[in-house]
Amino acid sequence: MYDIQKYFSAHSIAEALDLLREYPGAIIVAGGTDIMVHLRQRKLRDAVLIGIREIPELNGIHLHEDRSIVIGAGTCFDTIYQDTLINRYIPILAEAANQVGSPQIRHVATIGGNLCNGAVSADSAPSLLAMDVKLEFRSKESTRILPISEFYIGPGKTALQSDHELLTAIIIPQENYENWNGCYLKFGQRNAMEISTLGCAAAVKLEKDKTHLVALNLAFGVAAAKPVRCPRLESSVVGMAADDMLWQKIHTEVLSELNPRDSWRASRELREQLIRTLSVRAVKKAIERAGGKKNGL
Amino acid sequence: MGIKKSVTRIDALMKVTGQAKYIEDLVPRDALHVKIVHSTIANGVVKKIDSEKALRMPGVEMVITCFDVPNNFFATAGHPLSLDPNHADIKDKLILESRVRYYGDDVAAVVADTPLHALLAAEQVQVEYEEYPPMMTPEEAIGNSCVLHDFRPNNELSRMDFTIDINGNVRFYTADFSSENEIAGKADMIGDHYYVPAVHACHMENNGCFAYMEGTKMIVVSCNQVPHTMRRNVADAINMPIGSVRVIKPFIGGGFGNKQDTMYEPLVALISKRLGGRPVSLQLTREETFINTRTRHAFDMSMFTEVDDDGSILRKGLRINSNGGAYAAHAHAVAAYAITNNFQTYMTKGEQIGESSTAYTTRPSAAAMRGYGIPQLAFAMESQMDDIALSHGWDPIDFRMHNAMTDDFIDPFDKFVVKSNGARACMQKAREMSGWDEKRRAYTEFNLTSKDIKKGIGMALFSYKTGVYPLQIENGACRIMMNEDGTATIQVGATELGQGSDTIFCQIVSEITSIPESRLTVISTQDTDVTPYDNGAYASRQSYVSGGAVKKAAEILRDKLIDRAAMILGVPAEELKLINEKIVTHDGREQMSIAMICKHMNFINDQHTLTEHITSEATYTAQNICFSYGVSVIDLEVDVPIGKVHINKVYSVHDSGQILNPQLAAAQLHGGVGMGIGYALGEQMLFDEKTGRPLNNNFLDYKIPTSMDVPEIETAFIETYEPSGPFGNKGLAEPPLIPQAPAIRNAILHATGVGVYALPMNPQNLVHAFRTAGLISD
Repeated sequence: MYDIQKYFSAHSIAEALDLLREYPGAIIVAGGTDIMVHLRQRKLRDAVLIGIREIPELNGIHLHEDRSIVIGAGTCFDTIYQDTLINRYIPILAEAANQVGSPQIRHVATIGGNLCNGAVSADSAPSLLAMDVKLEFRSKESTRILPISEFYIGPGKTALQSDHELLTAIIIPQENYENWNGCYLKFGQRNAMEISTLGCAAAVKLEKDKTHLVALNLAFGVAAAKPVRCPRLESSVVGMAADDMLWQKIHTEVLSELNPRDSWRASRELREQLIRTLSVRAVKKAIERAGGKKNGL
Repeated sequence: MGIKKSVTRIDALMKVTGQAKYIEDLVPRDALHVKIVHSTIANGVVKKIDSEKALRMPGVEMVITCFDVPNNFFATAGHPLSLDPNHADIKDKLILESRVRYYGDDVAAVVADTPLHALLAAEQVQVEYEEYPPMMTPEEAIGNSCVLHDFRPNNELSRMDFTIDINGNVRFYTADFSSENEIAGKADMIGDHYYVPAVHACHMENNGCFAYMEGTKMIVVSCNQVPHTMRRNVADAINMPIGSVRVIKPFIGGGFGNKQDTMYEPLVALISKRLGGRPVSLQLTREETFINTRTRHAFDMSMFTEVDDDGSILRKGLRINSNGGAYAAHAHAVAAYAITNNFQTYMTKGEQIGESSTAYTTRPSAAAMRGYGIPQLAFAMESQMDDIALSHGWDPIDFRMHNAMTDDFIDPFDKFVVKSNGARACMQKAREMSGWDEKRRAYTEFNLTSKDIKKGIGMALFSYKTGVYPLQIENGACRIMMNEDGTATIQVGATELGQGSDTIFCQIVSEITSIPESRLTVISTQDTDVTPYDNGAYASRQSYVSGGAVKKAAEILRDKLIDRAAMILGVPAEELKLINEKIVTHDGREQMSIAMICKHMNFINDQHTLTEHITSEATYTAQNICFSYGVSVIDLEVDVPIGKVHINKVYSVHDSGQILNPQLAAAQLHGGVGMGIGYALGEQMLFDEKTGRPLNNNFLDYKIPTSMDVPEIETAFIETYEPSGPFGNKGLAEPPLIPQAPAIRNAILHATGVGVYALPMNPQNLVHAFRTAGLISD
């Protein structure tokens, strides 16, 4: 009893793009775990859907010659969680992928869909932001690459030109994962089947002596109107030792670049408390994974 | 096999393979589908409905509005008929309502060929309202000049106030309710305030029904726990004689009390009647099931308990303000159940006062839900017990041991004498199982040095009545039919809804007739034109009351089989016994099988014997009542900075008398613990304060625990013998949920030193409480 006017199953990117042009207002659907909910909630009516599950080139994870890792936008979370390359080079993404919804959802929901849905609570967003990944979009005319920092443009709004283009891949260049370690902490009231009340991803790079920070990337979901990083805090901790001073600095300053909502789902007071606590915990964990000296951990 | 053995659920395979047919599997292919037009205001009056556009939508058969239904008020509660008009259920419901009393009230309905067409057309029905402000709490509603039901101009549905003197005499009175936390206006009886929110049963199968006619008979198929009562409510609502209505109940996917009330059955029956008996189906969505069925009552409680230095309870007082919602449903029965229980679990030396009120408000109607008011009461009562113990330096179990109900306790309200009481034994067992004393000490020590992670162990006790005698009749009937191969078919009016009653009934028949469960069939479908009468599934009464009917029918059947065998063999019946499906004589020799008796009696053609289809039938009237008891001990950790509780283990110990099926009984504890954890840590129905609109009527935002949130559970039973139970057994279905929330609360108190006075104890409420208490700072 869904209000679906037409459903097409595209078998190639070209076919999907043709259909997009032919049916203005048509919606791309991959796993359907957001789209079907929108249909059920009647946010989407009389829908023309273009399925992209049968497009082989959108699916899979590859190591390119330049040693960048490319994830097809139609790759489902369970595949990412289980993938050898991801677990070896970008375990923070496997960690995030495994916290999406439930096993059933992770088997159909895709990383591209998670991004294109534009939700501030998207479980993949903080980790991808912290890794500074690049997104590849294809249209009939061109292919463009956009850093993820430019993807989210406002509440529920993304840079995807949904009338004629498709998110095709997520690209993680070698320099963005090599010698980086990360941690993604998701807070939900329950231990499964949760929408994120707060998501925090920390990626760190340590000096050779494993005591001082070369760099910290700190990204959040549900801490502002869109998934965001904390650039001021990040640059101010460069060179700092992994000790109480650092934890204290993060705890005290992290909120200044964020603007969590007060809503019936969670009070601002709770969200602020979560941001302060989880950002410190995520950074500590990331440093620990980087082999950091346990001073103050 | 028989009783006291872990017989596998007789419906297990059917349910896991999908063979069992539920309501949605049974909707006729040619059925029309109904979509309700729900009000988009919480309080007001429908001025006008324009159905023109909706009627022009594809597939639409009819639009029925609140101006098209009979002005026939009916009751919805699933209670048996009371011949005393003062105890009859309140009739305050119409099939569709022009007086809107909650956000989502039913103002019209669209009937179409498919569910989607009905949905699309329902969106086109234009409704004009005169709107009043919502009244979401008893405080806002009682005395408000905006009247919800004309026969209650004060918006107060009911009251029950009483004192109990030291001899246990109850005196009912009605006076003005005191304000603030004073109980009965007494300056020396100031209670602590506790709040528990409305929650939902969240049974897996949504509510649904369909109706069609055969000749002049209206057939209503519904996943309802009390088919015989629902038949009367439907007949009332649509103006048909009871005998012209036939209710069929297929497999039910859980109910927990929320399928005890009559919901949309009158509507589908009315539409079918107007469409010449065509099948008409209405299957609620999850969102509708949350809002348009029933909820657990939200309570505000003011609780007072005074003790002496020896740890004896001197005086008790309690006021309950219960939020009844838009329609009476069970009226004041839930609050009355709760307030009386405050004066049952523990002995008190002196004065006891109870005040209770249920209000009509602009919220979804509240009614029966697993525990019937006692989970609410237990949260306040058992929290207060721990607060008192803490302030006096007493061990929580010692303090309860000192005050728990004694073995000869006479219930002040129903005046029955307790005959089986395992309360203290449950506490003792739980204390040993959980390593209580060592953990209390070790965790206290751990918490001295651990800042973020705190450990705690807490407990709660409860008592809960089985059945509702003498307030209502407690009866049920059973029919058993023998087949010529010695198998038997059992018909009961009692309804299986997941609790396992059909399996227990098989075990009872097997116990008495020696026929193994594998050769017995329980007809799980109740059909009021076929099935013998029963009040239905509620009050944890099926094994205790309906089990009595099954036992009685099985005994009649056994005696008949022996009697007929005696006739065939030409020996006195006293000389025969029924063992392992065989008739055995004094000398121990097997003479004939049950199958032979049945075949002989059914088909003998010797020109003089009158044949007989061997059957038995019995009605059982329970003229007694008893208490079940139980304890939950919870071992947990609190992640203080983020307000998250991790439960390590639950120890659940119950006295439900003799346990008829250990495996099913343990499963009841597991289910109840899970549901209780939800009530404690996550569940609450949220509404927009300004509009009364529901906010979280879906499983994303309404937080029931997942399997990842339910910890290891260790169970044990204290098997007392309850003389009024058919086999010494007492109720078990509802109780396991009751002590979880207060036990978790008390474990958090032990862990953090912070007492919580409202549910749910979710991260937000805990973080706020910890900040207030100074455990968290910026």
